[in-house]
Order: sequence, then C-alpha cells, then structure tokens
Amino acid sequence: MSHTTLSNVFDRPNSYIGRSLSRPGARRAVAGRGVYTDDIDFPRMVHAAFVRSPYAHAKILHIDTAAAKAMPGVVLVMNGAELAERCTGPWIGTLACFEGMKSAPQFAMAVDRACWQGEPVVMVVAASRAVAEDACERVVIDWEELPATTAAETALDENTPVIHPDLGDNLAFKKVIDKGDVDAAFEAADIVLEESFSFGRHTAVSLETRALISEYDPGTERLTIHTSSQVPHMIQAVFARTLGVPEHNVRIIAPDVGGSFGLKIHTFGDEIAAVAASIKLARPVKFIADRMESFFSDIHAREHLISARMAVSREGDIQALEIDDLAGVGAYSAYPRTSVFEANQVLNITGGPYKHKNYRATATVVYLNKVPTSQYRAVGHPIGISVAEHMVDRAAEATGLDPVEFRRRNVMPDDGYPAVIAAGLPVKDLSHEACLEKLVAMMEYDELKREQAALREQGVHRGIGIAGFIKGTAPGPLGYYGVGGAPIATQDACTIKLEPAGGVICMVGVSEQGQGVDTVMGQIAATALGVTFESIRVISGDTDSVPYGGGTYASRATAIGGEAVYQASRALRTEILTMAGILLQSEPSSLDIVDNNVVAADNGEVRIPLAEIGRIGHFQVGELPHDYQPVLSATRRFRVSELPYIFTNGIHGAYVEVDTDTGFIRLLKHWVVEDCGRVINPNLADEQVRGGCVQGLGGALYEHCIYDDAGQLQNATLADYLVPMPAEMPDIEVAHIQTPTTESELGAKGAGESGTGAAPGVVMGAVNNALRPFNAVVTTQPMTPEIVLQALGKV
Amino acid sequence: MNEETQIITLTVNGEQVSRLVAVRQHLVDFLRTELGLTGSHLGCEHGICGACSVRVDGDVLRGCLILAVQADGAEVETVEGLTESGEISDLQDNFVERGALQCGFCTPGMLITAAELLLQGTPKTRDEIREFLSGNFCRCTGYHAIIDAVETTLNQRLENSP
Repeated sequence: MSHTTLSNVFDRPNSYIGRSLSRPGARRAVAGRGVYTDDIDFPRMVHAAFVRSPYAHAKILHIDTAAAKAMPGVVLVMNGAELAERCTGPWIGTLACFEGMKSAPQFAMAVDRACWQGEPVVMVVAASRAVAEDACERVVIDWEELPATTAAETALDENTPVIHPDLGDNLAFKKVIDKGDVDAAFEAADIVLEESFSFGRHTAVSLETRALISEYDPGTERLTIHTSSQVPHMIQAVFARTLGVPEHNVRIIAPDVGGSFGLKIHTFGDEIAAVAASIKLARPVKFIADRMESFFSDIHAREHLISARMAVSREGDIQALEIDDLAGVGAYSAYPRTSVFEANQVLNITGGPYKHKNYRATATVVYLNKVPTSQYRAVGHPIGISVAEHMVDRAAEATGLDPVEFRRRNVMPDDGYPAVIAAGLPVKDLSHEACLEKLVAMMEYDELKREQAALREQGVHRGIGIAGFIKGTAPGPLGYYGVGGAPIATQDACTIKLEPAGGVICMVGVSEQGQGVDTVMGQIAATALGVTFESIRVISGDTDSVPYGGGTYASRATAIGGEAVYQASRALRTEILTMAGILLQSEPSSLDIVDNNVVAADNGEVRIPLAEIGRIGHFQVGELPHDYQPVLSATRRFRVSELPYIFTNGIHGAYVEVDTDTGFIRLLKHWVVEDCGRVINPNLADEQVRGGCVQGLGGALYEHCIYDDAGQLQNATLADYLVPMPAEMPDIEVAHIQTPTTESELGAKGAGESGTGAAPGVVMGAVNNALRPFNAVVTTQPMTPEIVLQALGKV
Repeated sequence: MNEETQIITLTVNGEQVSRLVAVRQHLVDFLRTELGLTGSHLGCEHGICGACSVRVDGDVLRGCLILAVQADGAEVETVEGLTESGEISDLQDNFVERGALQCGFCTPGMLITAAELLLQGTPKTRDEIREFLSGNFCRCTGYHAIIDAVETTLNQRLENSP
C-alpha cells in the first residue's frame, strides 16, 4: 500500500517536518561569503546618486546641472522631467478594492514640485558613488517653498493646504466597518471605557539598505536587474510597466538580501531612475541607498491616532468595541500596494481574539508632506493589538477580574470554529484558549504576581503584560491584490525535477531573506518525495529560473509556497513510482520512496535507486516502452481558496520594570505562545518569532521618525533614530500550539510577523500594570522615558 | 577634480598589499573595492551599526570611521582572515547551529566583536555578553540566539582551556 495518509508522511522516520535543520546559507554568511547586491561588480559599471528635496513641499523653479555635467567622471545627469520622458507615465497608488480611495499621479522623480523632504529630484551617474555625490553638490536648484501639511489631526481642516489640489482635499481613504448593533450595546452597557492612543512613525531599517544594479543589453533588449528584493516577480512587472519594457525581457535576480521586513516590496522612484539610466547608457548602473537617504526615501509606517471605546458588562463580558483610526500617510499612496492597507488592517484585526459581536471601526487616512508610508512587518497589527489589549486590561480592571481571567472569559472558544470575527472576517483552526493556558503555565503567572507584589513593597515597580492576537497571514486572491488590480501574485508555485544523477532541483516563487525559506522548502520537498535533504537544491530569487510567484510578504512563504512545494513533490513522487513500476513490472502502489531509493512499500527492500531512475529517464529512455515518455518534473501552484487570510493566533507575556524617577523601562522577560499551524523547522520558526518581537519592541520603546512642523525629519541617522540593541533586549521564551490549517495539506500558517504585531501591545500593558499605583497611563508609542514621566506627572 | 591620493602599504589577513588610494576613502570601502574583501559590510557609514567592524593592530574598530590611509603600516584582519585562520571556527559553528543569524549582513561584524570577548578568556554573564555586543545592530534575530551562540562558545573554550 503506498497511499500513505498525510499524517504518516510527516511522521515517517525519515521525515524532515518538525526538525531544526540549520541553514546551508548560514554557513556561507558566517564566513563573510554572502553575496549581497553591493558585493557585485560588473565591467563598465557606473554609480547613481540623487539630489533630493530639502523641503517638505516646494516648487522647482529652475535646475542648473551644467557644473555637475562638467565634472570628470560624470556620465549622466537627469532631472525628473527627463526621466518622465523615459517612463510610461506617472503611477497612481490606488487599488480598486479600496472603494473611494484616491491618490495623485506620482512621477519617479519630482517634476515641477517636491512633496516630501527627500523626494528624488535629480540623478547623477558617475564613475564612482563618491564622484556622483560630489556632482550632486554642484547641482543648483531654485526652490519656492510651499506650505507643508504635516499634522494628521488638522489635515482635513478647511484652512489646511491641500497637497494635491486636483484631489479636492487631503483625504486618501475612508472606511467604516459596522457590525451588530454598536449603539444599542453602548447604551445598555454597565461600563463604558474610553481611551485615546498615539503611534509614532517608524521605518524598517534593514541593515542592508535598498540596493540595485541594472544592466541593459541593447542587442537582445534584455534588462537584468540584481536587486535586494522580497518580490522578484512583482518588481519585474513594476520595472517593465513603468519603463515600457516587455515583462519577459526583464530578469530580476535577488542575491542575498540583507533584511527586508516589507521594505523591499515597494516601488521607489530612485530605483526606477537607476534602471532608466542603465537603458540610456547601456552600461550597468549601481544604486545603493546610504543610511540617511534610506530614512528619507524608504517607506515609513504606523503614524496613527486612535480613539477607542469598549462596552463591558458587570460580569466581565465584552459587549461592544468601537475604534476611530486617523492615519497620516505620506504625500502619495505607495505603488502598487497602497498606503491605506495599514489602516484597513487595523480595522480588520482589532479585538479579533474575542467573541463580542458589536464592532464599529472607522479609518480616515490623510495625506501629509512626509515620506510615503506603506507595508512594514505586521502591517497594522501592532496598532490594533495595542489598542484592543489595552482596552481589555482596562475592562478587566473595571470588572474586578484578573487580566488572565477576563481573557479566559472572552476569547473565542477553541471548539467554536469555523467562525466569523466581529470585523466580519472568517477564521478557523485557532486556539486562543490553549495558547492562554500554556502562556500562564510558562510565565508561572501566579508566582510572578507574588514577586511583583513583594517588590512593590520595596519601591520596585514591575509590571506584567498579557496580549493575545490574531494575525492575518498568507493572503488569498479574494482579499486585496488579486481583485485590486496590482501585479502581485497571491498564488505561489514550485517546479521540482529529478536530475540524471538522482539529485533534485526545487525551484520556488517565494524568496529567501535569511529567515530560512530555502531550508524549509527543502525539508518539505525531501519529506514529500522521500529523499535526503542533502540531495535537494532549492533555487529561489531569479525570475529566469523559478515559476511565477508572489515572493515573500505577509507571512506567506511557508503557508503558500510550502504547500506548492508539497504538492509538486507528491506529483513528482507519483511519476517516479509510475516509471519504477514499469521498470520493475510492479504496481506503483506497491512501491514507496525512502532515502533516495524506490523500495517495496511492505518491507522496505530497495528495488531501484533514484539515481537509476534519473539515469534511465534521461539517458536510457530506450529501456522504456515507446508510449511512455517520462518527464521527471512537476509544477504545482497553490492559493488560499476559501479565506481572505489564513489567520493565526497566539499570545504574549511580558515582565518589565519601570524606573519612576527616570522613566526608563527595563524589559526583564518576554514569553510567546504561537500557533502557526504545523511547524516545519522549530528553530527557524522560533527565531522568526524572536526577531519579530524585537522589531515590535523597537517600535514600542525607541523607534520614531520625528518630524518638525515644517516637515523636516529631525533624526535621520542611526545615532538619532534609536533601534533595539542587545543590552536592552530580553530573552524571549517561545512555545507553540500546533493547529494545522485545514486550507492546505501541509497545514502550515505564517509565522514571520506576529512577534512584531503583539510585542508592542504586551509591553504597553506591562508598563501600565507597573504604573497602576500611580494612576498613570501610557498610551503613546514609542514609550520613551519622557512619555513615562509625563504620564507620572513629573515633566 | 583631482582626487588627492597616497600610496599605502599594509598587511591584510596576513598578506602585504600596497595600493594608491584616495585619501578620503574609508578603510572598508578600500577593503571591499580594492581588495574584494566583501565580507565587511556597510550598514550606516557613521559608526553606529557595527557591520563594518574589522580588527586593526589587534583592536576592533569601525572600518567606516577610519580612513584607508590611516591604516598605512597596520595589520588588518577581516572576517575572511579570521575564517581562514580558524580562529573563530567554533564560534561560526555555534552561530550556524543555533541559528544566530538570518540575513547575515551584521554577522561578520558581530563575529569580530564576539571574538574579542572570547579572547578575554573570562566567564561572562548573559547580560555582560549583551553589553559587550551592544555596538552591533542586528535587525533580524532579536539577539537571543546570538547571545546563546556566544555564551556556548565561551563556555566551551573555558571548559577546554587548561
């Protein structure tokens, strides 16, 4: 019998599912042998640098590039209007699925007018980056400064300047979700709690900045772009469409990617310009953003002001939740994913773990003269989770219940799926109750509370936080991009083939940024096929090699790409067994593949090695019947079919100490229980969670793009924009509940972002728990010492 | 513009090299572009992130804050050199085994800084290891696994030392 059930495929002795294999790519990186885009050099390569707008909003009266052009080593100086002639036209960062959304046409470099400080205005291409920067200093631009709109609170006021007059106002998007009977629930409520929140802007700060080398061959009309990208096929479409090059002539290669976190899934004008320069010059052009221009040009995220109300019964049942979100995005909506996704996601997930039915959520998204915002790790989740969990803590306090007990009472039951959350989205295969109980045990919650109480007596103020979450992962085509009109695949694909010597090549549309995608895909393929991990070579990140896919975003690589690998591997296995059956004159169903051999399914006796199948299938096909031609290759695609997202769930715990004299917050310990479905590689999954948490902690405590009223970014260096460093970060304990998703056979859900989503909320909860005796409440992130001292009334 | 240049002679990973360099070129640009030693990375070029850490005459320095001409006559070691000499092979093994790196961009600098801690040869608490590495920014791992890998290596060395 070969029709092994799925569970025993994963449980077979030679299964790689659930094993913490280390990454072959890591071995290369520790030797300094990683190859990132900036490590690549080509003959005749030249380097791009940009003159950027010094103003948040200003008219370009005149550009004088004569002195720059005259400098030795300069090969090209191009302004926005000249670039526009080489483009198919400005883009508009809207998606049809966001009804009523509007955005102004955006050129790759400013034409006539700059709308944020840092917007590229003139490109200089020269023999070296240093010479290009020297020449940038010789470009003279006459500016007429225009009034800048920089505050979301007043962006829609009548006397506030409208950034794009053709749009009529500064409103990008408005959306309301209204489910159940919110007004009646509030009227009838025993207790109504209200709070307002502020979330500062921050940005991705991938250690490797945005990077690109573009080469154009006029002979073949081939455009080859090495770029640090998460989404090779999407960016292929973006470069092709914006520059009028046929898509199939564009090859995108993502070499080693030095961190991305959502930053590297967007369109950036400077990159379009560098590619245009390579076409004009027919020479390779390299553009590596420096750190300061990264702060001015990478997408920002998370500038939100939220007011929230919660209705609770005396017994401690949530009766209704209402939130009003005002989000300040940049001067344009980012293309092609938009800048409104974040607010939309806040509406989707806020209060998602709980079983209340009355929910009203309003998003108002306004344009500001600041860097455009868009998707950054855990889009919207840090905001929605912080808000909901704070309200839950307040409700627990108001009803006299312990925060754990209150959550026990209100989370959706583990036996209640499929279900629909209050926001109206379908969820299934979740485990809030199991995760909560596991967390309480891990934290030794009661003991922790005793310690906290004892230390209070000594004037040490520690706080315990709990924050549950749902996380939208692995979006399906019913959600946004598919129907929205963007060239972003929600399906993903794998082509797997048996090579003549018995090795296996596995090509995947999802891409690797160090999280271990290639390793996980190899583990899945090896297991599904019945071969050793070492006999598989996984190829990703090259549009010339891999089947068309969406790439890596929205925690989709394992959930979607992994299932495609699983299905393709099973299909190849079937073909191998069919061919083996012909050669061995056996029923394919009596055969199996174990450790690179076709074996007898009943007793494991080796019948023929895969190397023989490969050799015969490629070189000795004459040994096979005339009417049988082996392909020894399979391609399978997978998409989430029934859901807008495969939602995951989990819960965090945090233990912090607040110095009430200095306002400093010390993170003592962090716990996570995560349900990302079937875990393929436990160590890699844990490290995704840990790394995600610390990114969330950065946003919660330190990271802030600080603007003044004129729209000038005040802290565009790593000395001034604070990121989490080792000494401030806690150890993070991670555990899993595994509820496989029923959307796929593999059962994996996304794991890459939830840490970032929940960590800010749990730490805010812990800080407020520490501050309780002082009647001080912190609802502003980042929670700087100043914010804490303000809450304490000390500054 | 005439770029001001100077001839420098230095030892890099045990090999003597001599080059005419622009006086404004920093050491890591020199190592990367002139010598092809691309293991040292540039994350900020203003001395904060630590990705460019290299050893100069035995001290760990920010390679972006020292000019190539300042390294004239110096002994420079990079991650490539420490790899070839085998000095940090145990640390590298533990980084791989523990998953103490993801994108790998910070890793060479992290290893060079950790190697300095290991050379001190004295026991360290986790907090002390965290403090020691606090000039090296990692955006991927959240540091926990890095601390584990360094701690494991340190303990192994202390156990094996006479």
